[in-house]
Amino acid sequence: MRYVLQIVLALVLLSPTVALAVQPDELLSDPKLEQRARNISSGLRCLVCQNQSIDDSDAPLAKDLRVLVRDRLKAGDSDEQVLRFVVSRYGDFILLKPPFNVQTVLLWTLPGLILLAAGGVILFNIRRRRTAAAVPKPLNEAETAALRDILEQRTP
Amino acid sequence: MIVEIGHYALVLAFALAIIQAILPLWGVLRGEAGLIRIAPSTAIVQCLFVALSYAALTWAYLASDFSVLNVFENSHSDKPLIYKISGVWGNHEGSMLLWIFILVLFGALVALFARRMPEDLTAAVLAVQAWISSAFILFVLLTSNPFARIANAPIEGRDLNPILQDPGLAIHPPLLYVGYVGFSLTFSFAAAALIIGRIDAMWARFARPWILLAWIFLTLGIAMGSYWAYYTLGWGGFWFWDPVENASLMPWLAGTALLHSVIVMEKRDALKVWTIFLAILAFSLSLLGTFLVRSGVLTSVHAFASDPQRGVFILAILMFFIGGSLLLFALRAPGLRTGGLFAPISRESSLVLNNLFLTTSCATVFVGTLYPLALEAVTGAKISVGPPFFNYTFVPLFIPIFIAMPFGQMLAWKRGDLYGAAQRLTVAFAAGALAALVLFAMRGGPWLAAVVGGLAIYLIFGSFFDVAGRLFARDATARNVWNRAIGMPRAAWGAAIAHAGVGVTLFGLAATGWGVEKIAAFKPGQTLQVGPFSITLDKVSPRQGPNYRETVAYMTVREGGRIVAQMQPSRRFFTARRMTTSQAGLHTVALGGHIHIVISEQDKSGALDTRVYWKPYVSLIWLGAGFMALGGGLSMSDRRLRIAAGRRKEPGGRPLPDGVPAAE
Repeated sequence: MRYVLQIVLALVLLSPTVALAVQPDELLSDPKLEQRARNISSGLRCLVCQNQSIDDSDAPLAKDLRVLVRDRLKAGDSDEQVLRFVVSRYGDFILLKPPFNVQTVLLWTLPGLILLAAGGVILFNIRRRRTAAAVPKPLNEAETAALRDILEQRTP
Repeated sequence: MIVEIGHYALVLAFALAIIQAILPLWGVLRGEAGLIRIAPSTAIVQCLFVALSYAALTWAYLASDFSVLNVFENSHSDKPLIYKISGVWGNHEGSMLLWIFILVLFGALVALFARRMPEDLTAAVLAVQAWISSAFILFVLLTSNPFARIANAPIEGRDLNPILQDPGLAIHPPLLYVGYVGFSLTFSFAAAALIIGRIDAMWARFARPWILLAWIFLTLGIAMGSYWAYYTLGWGGFWFWDPVENASLMPWLAGTALLHSVIVMEKRDALKVWTIFLAILAFSLSLLGTFLVRSGVLTSVHAFASDPQRGVFILAILMFFIGGSLLLFALRAPGLRTGGLFAPISRESSLVLNNLFLTTSCATVFVGTLYPLALEAVTGAKISVGPPFFNYTFVPLFIPIFIAMPFGQMLAWKRGDLYGAAQRLTVAFAAGALAALVLFAMRGGPWLAAVVGGLAIYLIFGSFFDVAGRLFARDATARNVWNRAIGMPRAAWGAAIAHAGVGVTLFGLAATGWGVEKIAAFKPGQTLQVGPFSITLDKVSPRQGPNYRETVAYMTVREGGRIVAQMQPSRRFFTARRMTTSQAGLHTVALGGHIHIVISEQDKSGALDTRVYWKPYVSLIWLGAGFMALGGGLSMSDRRLRIAAGRRKEPGGRPLPDGVPAAE
């Protein structure tokens, strides 16, 4: 395992990756279409990279995918159609925003559930404390007098 | 020989750590003063031994002793001095040694400066700290020995990974490690309190400066890492929701929650169980971060020299400390009495709200980072959780925090007046709304940027309302206001400045919406218009560096015909590793905007693939973090918390004359 990692690492490091992420020759002439292409590709994972979108990556595969996305757009696909096409080829792994389905239901709902659960516990505690704290008994006459003495001594 | 001394010193430090882990604890449990007093001296000597060991490794780097495997793999005789020194932690073994050095340094600092603390608490804290250091020294000695030799020493080294050859390497890891490891100390405080069974407001006062210290450094470390990524990785981003970034963000979020809850514990003796839990959590997440980075279970740009075997060892350490502390927690926590009571609308409640949202966002990062791993382990399905997920979940969690922050500062302890606070904040609301309108009118662009910008302005204004209210209370003559400003607790200033820093960062984030990006094939002599600037490529020529060759693009930036800057983005080719890195050109203009230029190789026609960004206000993102750290520093220097304050009573000092208050 260790050697596999080392070899992969060596290949990645040695490959003279000198290109920028998005290269000028890839750009579409229609700025609106180009903007859509940028939006789509910033949500697609570069499959051979370490957690980069294809828009950020300078790997050759990322370039192929960027060109692919642009070709589909030029052919008149909608954004959804492009995404569906890419997912049909590479699976959900390529989407940086995971789709909502059985497998990811916990992923998407946990933050909300945690907030609700923790908020519920806090509310419950505050209520319980309130009843426990109840209103303190009013002072009796002797205590009121003692308090008045103290206050009057302090403030000349 | 020096290298062997370093190795041996580390072994000795391990032996001392074992002694320090067991004897003082025994003393605390049995009430034997002699054993309790061992702790401070062993902590100091242990620190000296690790320092010696660290110095030996540094010496090997400075002397380019390539008979040491670690030096051979990560250094080169031509490497500039700064990277010989910082290259020590630019690899797995060395960075773990730095980790340990900072760990024992914190132990020594407690031994030296926490004289005001009860002896048994100090001893227990140091004992727990020694458990941690012995585990990690053992880890280094068994799996990651930086002192290993090579039989036939090579003549030249393999050089440091070029991506790491940047001043960022000298600053980012030490800051981050002081932050990470600083939370080990709050963990030790929590565990010690659980062992001794005394968990009260005094504990909070002793622990608070250390929490602040760790938090300050973690804040700076994360900001520095983000800035480094921004100018070096080449595509102008500053936060990628990379697993390793998340690993540092989680302890930061937990630490920020802790920082706030410990105030409640100190002032009102409430939230004790929760604060102890957070202290354990913050360090557990630091350990988790170390595990994620070092084991290689997650692929990321930081995963240099990752190794599954080491991962298992760190996982064992992780489980031992998290499991052990939670067990201790489960045994002791139910016995804790809840302290001061407070109304649902009060300073305490606002801090509870803060904790609710911060810990939920921390849990969100946790889920988002580990969900793909868990899912793959359980079902074999592979998914990616990237920036869009975190943006969708984080923004809704943080907007309420930003709105509520100024309110929290305005509410009184025990019972607050929400309506009154809102009334007093009217000016801040108005300033925010006005700013949003003005920004939208001036900049156009996405309305969201203007709205968030307005929210940031509200936050910056709102942060100072509590302080301002106190300064201008009554008789607001210039003299009175000045005297009050001087006399006010520094913690109050600290809170205001740190909160305003959040606003400053938020403004920088909002301003990314106004950024402009241009990608072009750029020929010498051509001019490119980006935002308000026109950029001319004057020439492209090679240049020789100490251990690299570079291709430099000389560019002139003009605004309305006036020259604003000469910029020289370049591509560096490092001969030893045959690797190319890109050196972005970066120029700061008024109000923290950046012109950011990245170049690629020239094609046959002489055109240079160029990416130019105009990012208005972007540096406010990191400036804000600086303000947060400054606020933390002010808070820490508050005389009530001063670490060495207990040394006023020097032995042999004369008693204070009657009538002079002994208080601070």
